Amino acid sequence: MEFVRAFIVGGLICVVGQIILDHTKLTPAHILVSFLTAGVVLGGIGLYEPLVRFGGAGATVPIIGFGYALAQGAIEGAKANGVIGAFAGGITSTAGGIAAAIIFGYIMSLVFKPKTKN
Amino acid sequence: MENMTNKEYQQYAEKKIPKPTYFKNMLMAFLVGGIICTIGQLIRNWLFNSGLDEKAVAGGTSIILVFIGALLTGLGVYDKIGKIGGAGAAIPITGFSNAIVSPAMEHRTEGLIFGVASKMFIIAGPVLVYGVSSSVIVGILYLLLTKGR
Amino acid sequence: MAIKKIGLQTVKFQNPPSIISTYTIVGPKEGEGPLKDYFDYILEDDVWGQASFEKAEAKIQEETIKAAITNGNLTNQDIDYLLAGDLLNQIISSTYTARQLSIPYYGLYGACSTMTESLSLGAMLIDGGFADKVVCATSSHFSSAERQFRFPLEYGSQRNFSAQWTVTGAGATILSSTGDGPYITYATTGKIVDKGIKDATNMGAAMAPAAIDTLITHFNDTGFSPNDYDLIISGDLGRVGKAIVLDLMKKEGYDLSNLFTDCGVEIFDSEKQDTHAGGSGCACAAVVFNGYIYKEMKKGNFKRVLLMATGALHSTTINQQGESIPGIAHAITIDINKD
Repeated sequence: MEFVRAFIVGGLICVVGQIILDHTKLTPAHILVSFLTAGVVLGGIGLYEPLVRFGGAGATVPIIGFGYALAQGAIEGAKANGVIGAFAGGITSTAGGIAAAIIFGYIMSLVFKPKTKN
Repeated sequence: MENMTNKEYQQYAEKKIPKPTYFKNMLMAFLVGGIICTIGQLIRNWLFNSGLDEKAVAGGTSIILVFIGALLTGLGVYDKIGKIGGAGAAIPITGFSNAIVSPAMEHRTEGLIFGVASKMFIIAGPVLVYGVSSSVIVGILYLLLTKGR
Repeated sequence: MAIKKIGLQTVKFQNPPSIISTYTIVGPKEGEGPLKDYFDYILEDDVWGQASFEKAEAKIQEETIKAAITNGNLTNQDIDYLLAGDLLNQIISSTYTARQLSIPYYGLYGACSTMTESLSLGAMLIDGGFADKVVCATSSHFSSAERQFRFPLEYGSQRNFSAQWTVTGAGATILSSTGDGPYITYATTGKIVDKGIKDATNMGAAMAPAAIDTLITHFNDTGFSPNDYDLIISGDLGRVGKAIVLDLMKKEGYDLSNLFTDCGVEIFDSEKQDTHAGGSGCACAAVVFNGYIYKEMKKGNFKRVLLMATGALHSTTINQQGESIPGIAHAITIDINKD
């Protein structure tokens, strides 16, 4: 059942993004930034948590879930270490994904060459 | 032509653009996004079952998905998934990975410093800027709002 | 005294320069398109053994020009001027080509209008008595244009239906003061026309007003009517731009429906090749003209053609600063007879 919920929640989040893409002049980069920021805001005011409990990876894998994790981290950091924790918490909670993207990006650029589209 | 104002021409030109295949795009975004999230759920469950705590599972899931996105980008597959899935491929964290890996690969020809490393963030940089900044604001607001209690 | 100028923006050549040789090289995708049999050389891979797409584009242009010169039974020393341009910043493809050729060189920037810009100026140099042989050339490359103007190749994004596909290839024309045609008889220089389109994925709509302006000016200046031509062909307006030109020209009283098409529409099969609104780039007009149109004129299938390459003269920087896209279109009359 949790796979079905993940599929549906994740799929629907992407459909919202697709509707915005197709009906406006916004680019995927705009969508990424606005979804992420939306995730931070929703996470900050506690509205995203129920979706995470319901949808599991369907709510955490989309970039909006990345925003949620940033907000959660910042709040936890603030609870534990005050202002310093508010600064450090967001990146701490998402450090794995960010570091992975950087190191794998570097490695891939050494191993592979971009291919022309056809 | 001369009696057409810029505004009139822009409205006229807008009508000449073929419309996207809305329903098909939505369906494909749903399927591709859904599949990626289901794979994410599989990874989550697997990590949970190997005895990791919630934080380690969340981090581990991200790392594995980012790796999958990076590898598919390197192999020249992710751009094709993106063409089919649109937002369904862009919004999951694999799309974030694609946004970092693709410019890194593209700019390998300009060297490892000014090419790969500095161009790595041309698309995903704004995501980090807005994400990190807004999370700090959330953390500070949390402190301010809970201080009195 | 501008004795060769007629009307507002047109030059009528007294001794029309002759096209004596052309050559085209295209990439693999163009080599699968409807015009494949007209291209002189089709690349199997678009990197062509080079270290980058930019270097590959320069090599394509260089080999195209060398082959055009050889085809005309000439050597580099016979050429008085090389007029060339391309899309990349500081027109590097053309300059790094010129570095290899040691021919006196004028670098041009007209974006995708470069083919008719160079042919207009080359014809003027010859008819003005400043040169006997001029090479006019331009190139573009899908992958080098993509990384300069759009996204990395491996980035997974969807293309709009109004977006066009940059043609990989190069075309070169050798103009001569003597020869048996086809001849360049008129050149109408375009003005910048900007109707405020900002959408860089809809270049056809950005350039169409310039094309309409140049067409009407050309007919007024020369006294030609559309039916004096066997073919009127624009450079890279694509489907959207072509439809706008047909529609708005009709409103101006010119029915072009059976005469007018666009190189970008002709070069790809947009259904099968998934190129959306069609081809674009400097090479689009260059390879369709130097391949298809020139060869059909040599066979006598077209007697008089109006070639009008179209350019969108913006950059991503100024576009991000909120500016719109200025368009331009230069038209030349190519005739199998001198007058």
